[in-house]
Amino acid sequence: MKKQFFPAIKLTLVLLIVLSGIYPLVIWGFAKLTPQKGKGELIEANGKKYYSNIGQSFTEDKYFYSRPSAVNYNAAGSAGSNKGPSNADYLAIIQERIDSFLTHNPGIEKKDIPVDLVTASGSGLDPHISVAAAEVQVKRISKIRNIPEANLRELVRTYTEQPAVGPQTINVLQLNIALDKLN
Amino acid sequence: MYAEITGIVIMFGASLLFAIPLGKYMANVFAGNRSFLDKVMNPVEKFLFRFSGIDPTREMNWKQHMTAMLFINLVWFLLGMFVLMNQSWLPLNPDGNPDMSADLAFNTSISFVVNCNLQHYSGETGLSYLGQLYLMFLQFVSAATGIAATVVLFKALKEKATNQLGNFYLYFIKSITRVLLPLSIIVAILFLLNGMPMGFEGKDSYISLQGDTVQVSRGPVAAFVPIKHLGTNGGGFFGANSAHPLENPSYFTNIIQMIAQLIIPFAMIFAFGYFIKRKKLAWMIFSVMTVGFLLLAVPNIIQEINGNPAISKMGIDNRLGAMEGKEVRFGAAASGFWSIVTTVISTGSVNAMHDSTMPISGMNEMLAMMVNSFYGGCGVGLLNFFIFIILAVFISGLMVGRTPEFMGKKIEAREIKIAMIIALLHPLLILTGTALSSYLIVNHPELYGGWLNNPGYHGFSEMLYEYTSSAANNGSGFEGLGDNNMWWNISTGFVLILGRFLPIIGPVAIAGLLASKKYIPESAGTLKTDTPTFGIMIFAVILIVTALSFFPSLALGPIAEFFSMI
Repeated sequence: MKKQFFPAIKLTLVLLIVLSGIYPLVIWGFAKLTPQKGKGELIEANGKKYYSNIGQSFTEDKYFYSRPSAVNYNAAGSAGSNKGPSNADYLAIIQERIDSFLTHNPGIEKKDIPVDLVTASGSGLDPHISVAAAEVQVKRISKIRNIPEANLRELVRTYTEQPAVGPQTINVLQLNIALDKLN
Repeated sequence: MYAEITGIVIMFGASLLFAIPLGKYMANVFAGNRSFLDKVMNPVEKFLFRFSGIDPTREMNWKQHMTAMLFINLVWFLLGMFVLMNQSWLPLNPDGNPDMSADLAFNTSISFVVNCNLQHYSGETGLSYLGQLYLMFLQFVSAATGIAATVVLFKALKEKATNQLGNFYLYFIKSITRVLLPLSIIVAILFLLNGMPMGFEGKDSYISLQGDTVQVSRGPVAAFVPIKHLGTNGGGFFGANSAHPLENPSYFTNIIQMIAQLIIPFAMIFAFGYFIKRKKLAWMIFSVMTVGFLLLAVPNIIQEINGNPAISKMGIDNRLGAMEGKEVRFGAAASGFWSIVTTVISTGSVNAMHDSTMPISGMNEMLAMMVNSFYGGCGVGLLNFFIFIILAVFISGLMVGRTPEFMGKKIEAREIKIAMIIALLHPLLILTGTALSSYLIVNHPELYGGWLNNPGYHGFSEMLYEYTSSAANNGSGFEGLGDNNMWWNISTGFVLILGRFLPIIGPVAIAGLLASKKYIPESAGTLKTDTPTFGIMIFAVILIVTALSFFPSLALGPIAEFFSMI
């Protein structure tokens, strides 16, 4: 018994120092050498600092909406809705979101509403929307802000990111910061 | 869409490309040959052994190996209970997170010791940074335990009649110093360059552009995530795991995380081939596993790309696919692919919420864990597969009227009994747990009805998934399940222990027994085990065992839900 336990305890202690002590400190040291200094990607607007990877809630009509979120974009936590695909209450919520979108966006047809605008993301903090989701909102924003649609479409194009592989995305926060600057 | 399929092909191809040389390197390391990290790591290892009073040259038989493993695992579990139940006053707790309750600490500590990472808490509110760092320690050592146990099996199959199978601590330490730690550092640096945070400050708070006051959880993420995947652990730093934009900021980091979780399970198979000098056998095993993997992954990718038919009927633009619980930067295809990689391997990290995937996708995720040996977790996947090899050897031996042999050793009653017990343990744990929980819900809905986040068939799937994930030591979940309570914490805790240690001890015992037997050179009468025919035989055994055990329960959950949606 003793012959098994003592080596096990001593090995655990010394490994703790290596794996939970030295290893994270080494990585932390590397982090200090990177441009972001390990603080995550930050952007500045109006003298304020935001996390460009953390989505924000945009529900006002003058902004491009972000996606629905199970945690209201409060990154003190993170979660999806965990609703199953056949759940009747959940499908009713989707229908409500579609109806509400149509009320706020006159002149838009149902078939043009992309699915990411009415479904909640996995983290509740998704910083992106699809290109279609931005384009479908151009008409509304143009009317509210009195900016020609063509200018807004140009803005959407500018903020469309196409990684080497993977889907096209638009960072809603960056798009809306740029939108505020247009006025 | 093509770009997304390309992304998937790149992830799989790159993993395989890196895994083959890594396998060769690992075989070399565990055979005790010289390798390129010797200069740095030899002194480190020497120090670790001297400090702990361990003689790494002492040869052990299979029982001594298993005893050493169980003792050190017990130490980790007890220390975990202490840290998790006292984290509020221990250092590194800037957010002032509370202690865990005893039942949650029990579940969490076991879950990380056994490489499962079930996580009935959310990292943001449930753990201090000390707690996170201790769990990260467990992610290293549990993965190394799995690898070390598998190396015992390698050694047993290589030797011609012996019970001297090397030293457990030596295999264990080398798994860390030669494989897990160096790879973690490389991966962490890649993450740091791509926007993953790494620091020890508490929550940040700001006012959003629209004027909401919100907080942002932070922490030593970039150190945690590499070993989470390399060790096929899967426990997230944040509640949303790799769907969280700080834990997986871009499609590129998604590729890295995918490669990181595939690479060691792949490499173990090739290491096996190099170690016992039977590369053809390794490729046969890899092919059988890949066929199984593709049969599960391809339908998932298609299902998720096609999207939810109930939402299609509402008449909106559903081209992006099933986006509930998914992130735009990964898209439906890469999320569907991930959902199977993470379940065939025992990682259990998620980049999209499995509870919201389509019924058939959910079924495939469960099937992947029910089989639990298409690639499988760090080391242990191969141990599970070994059980099926033994069964296939026995059955085909009977079919053709030859003595069942594997690697020149006779397979006899004792080995078959062990193999059968291990093969039946998995369904026993899963189905008993699900049956008991269903009984409680049906008979006491007022007490337990709150467990389920979804009604009907899907609610049943939530429970079935939780026990499947526990028994397979996977750790992913249909997270709608309200699982932080006495029943789930304790019942899954026991399933975790049994589902980890018996499937390690069983195969190692078989291998140990085989190793001590007399070696019979191959002759014309020997059943060849490295041929496609034998591969098909193994596949059939897996299929029959799984289908017979699990089809009824799957019919009640995902299959019924699928038909209800047509």
